[in-house]
Amino acid sequence: MNLEKVIFGFFIVLAATLNFGFFIGDIERPELHNVYELAAALIVSLIATALKFGDRTQIGAIHLSTSLVADLQLIAAAITWAVAVHITGVGMTAHVTSSVVSLSGGALFANIVSVIILIVETVMLRR
Amino acid sequence: MNSAFFLVLRRMRAPIIVLIVIYAISVVGLTLVPGVDAEGQMTAPMSFFHAFYFISYTATTIGFGEIPVAFSDAQRLWVTICIYLTVVGWSYSVVTLIALLQDKGFQNTLTTNRFVRRVRRLKAPFYIVCGCGETGNLIARTFDRLNQAFVVVEKDELRVEELDLQDFKTDTPALAADARLPDNLLLAGLKHPKCRGVLAVTNDEQANLAIAIAVRLLNPDIPVIARARTAAVTANMASFGTDHIINPFERFADRLALAVAAPERFRLIELLTSLPESPIPEPHRPPGGHWILCGYGNFGHAVAERLRDTGITLTIIDPAAQDADKQYIGDGTEASTLRQAGIEGASGIVAGTDNDVNNLSIAVTASEIKPELFVVTRQNHAANSALFTAYDADFTVLPSRIVAQECIALLTAPLLARFLERLHTLDETRCRQLVDRLQAECGGLTPAVWDIRLNAAESPAAWQALMHERRIRLADILPDGADRSRRLPAVALLIERGAECHLLPEDDFRLEAGDQLLMASPLPAQRDLELTLKNANELDFVLTGRENSGSLLGRLLADRQASARG
Repeated sequence: MNLEKVIFGFFIVLAATLNFGFFIGDIERPELHNVYELAAALIVSLIATALKFGDRTQIGAIHLSTSLVADLQLIAAAITWAVAVHITGVGMTAHVTSSVVSLSGGALFANIVSVIILIVETVMLRR
Repeated sequence: MNSAFFLVLRRMRAPIIVLIVIYAISVVGLTLVPGVDAEGQMTAPMSFFHAFYFISYTATTIGFGEIPVAFSDAQRLWVTICIYLTVVGWSYSVVTLIALLQDKGFQNTLTTNRFVRRVRRLKAPFYIVCGCGETGNLIARTFDRLNQAFVVVEKDELRVEELDLQDFKTDTPALAADARLPDNLLLAGLKHPKCRGVLAVTNDEQANLAIAIAVRLLNPDIPVIARARTAAVTANMASFGTDHIINPFERFADRLALAVAAPERFRLIELLTSLPESPIPEPHRPPGGHWILCGYGNFGHAVAERLRDTGITLTIIDPAAQDADKQYIGDGTEASTLRQAGIEGASGIVAGTDNDVNNLSIAVTASEIKPELFVVTRQNHAANSALFTAYDADFTVLPSRIVAQECIALLTAPLLARFLERLHTLDETRCRQLVDRLQAECGGLTPAVWDIRLNAAESPAAWQALMHERRIRLADILPDGADRSRRLPAVALLIERGAECHLLPEDDFRLEAGDQLLMASPLPAQRDLELTLKNANELDFVLTGRENSGSLLGRLLADRQASARG
């Protein structure tokens, strides 16, 4: 067993699960989508991205790009949240909540792709 | 994408993760610690937005203060911890980055990337010079003076750095890498569409061989010029079609033999093949008769073989060689050995060992015994030039200079080789006249020898004029474009038309489109003549003496005037 592989897999799966935890629930109800979960998903996603830096293989490149997509989507969700709560002062209306959650839904898709690649890579491995 | 970028990413992975974690802990912590309002009442903690804003400016030590409202003591406690955490995080990142920038491997990657980028951007035709020792350096300097672009590949890093310090007119891409590896040749632009040729002039025979064969296989269309020292390597290179193989020893031996047999023709060759605009070499008049040869290695064998052909008899001194004259003891540096070898009756001596100090010792001893002796010294290292200049032998061989001269001559004027082949048809008086004329035209310096083809690409104006049935004689294009009464100091050596060659054409020789001219002139005259042949207005002025603006209106008016007159 390789500790590096454990950490790598851990963060990729954790990014996906946290993202899923934030995403799940009625899309319009703000009480079902905690901002801490969004923060945790974003942080773990950023760490997962950093872990993928510098791998020059084809699979490594796709890993990095899916992670970058997830980051982008989550950052967009976080900015939407900050704009609604602090700048315009609209607060978490049904409209704002649904756009934040749908952005994180996009990130979730990217994270799922990441997990699939991880599984494919593991299956291909003959050692 | 380039590898340096990935290298940075890989090395920065740990610091970036540490930074993310520290930021996460700080921000999340700050969203949990309750604040306080102006009346001292507990309020809700900061939101993520404000917490991230506060940590961002605190971590980067910008420090705007406690925004949006004054902090509670609990918040201050947490912020104190955050400050130390983030400082550690940032210092770790910065230290790692600086260590990376100083890393030898990383710097190599950066310089290689820069080199590749610069080679890729080269617009002008260029040559690849492999090896930048004495020979390579001489070639590089001459190329620079001739405004010829080139790329250098040299194994020794120190020499590449020295190259940067030399005041070249152009910024030359140089790579510190082993040219034996085909990858490095490819990096240097072997398959670049503008690559005109490769010069393998390293000190290492095997390296030159490897370069020659790599070029032959990877880019068979471009010529490769290789330096060889031994007959075996020469034959090996010739076997796979190396375009030009330069063996400096054989070249010198040929010249020395020629100088004995036909001194004027030798002088002409010397003048035409020296580096352009260098001082004119002294005339050499080696005598026939009996010679002593010290040192019987590759150089000695080449010299002995050629000199014997001219009827010179030789005494060969070399304690190490099997086939030398064995009855003489010593290597020629002692007076007794030289006397024993019959120096009194000799007319010349060749100090040709591979040791500069010994060669000088032989030469000095010999001229002390017999001052009127013709002394040929072999100089192995350019660094010893001061010693050889001080001794001032009748004839000094510097192999690196011979190779450089030959490379430059072959590359700047491919026709020159054909001219030299036909030179044996000229007798001594003709050669002497030509030498005198060249010396007069070039004012004490050696001429630049160059060729130009009268075609649409190289000299569009002349080509167009010739295609329009204009009769142009050789003398017509030679007036100075600034002052028509003066003639450019240029000598036409050879005109090649299809398969026939016209040696030393007369002034009334009629030019035709497609002719290739081999000229000898100073560098400024070369530029002037090239301008004349390229620029239609300039050519018009030189041919007719009429100023022409080149505009359509001007041409119409001129035609009108001409028809009114006619």
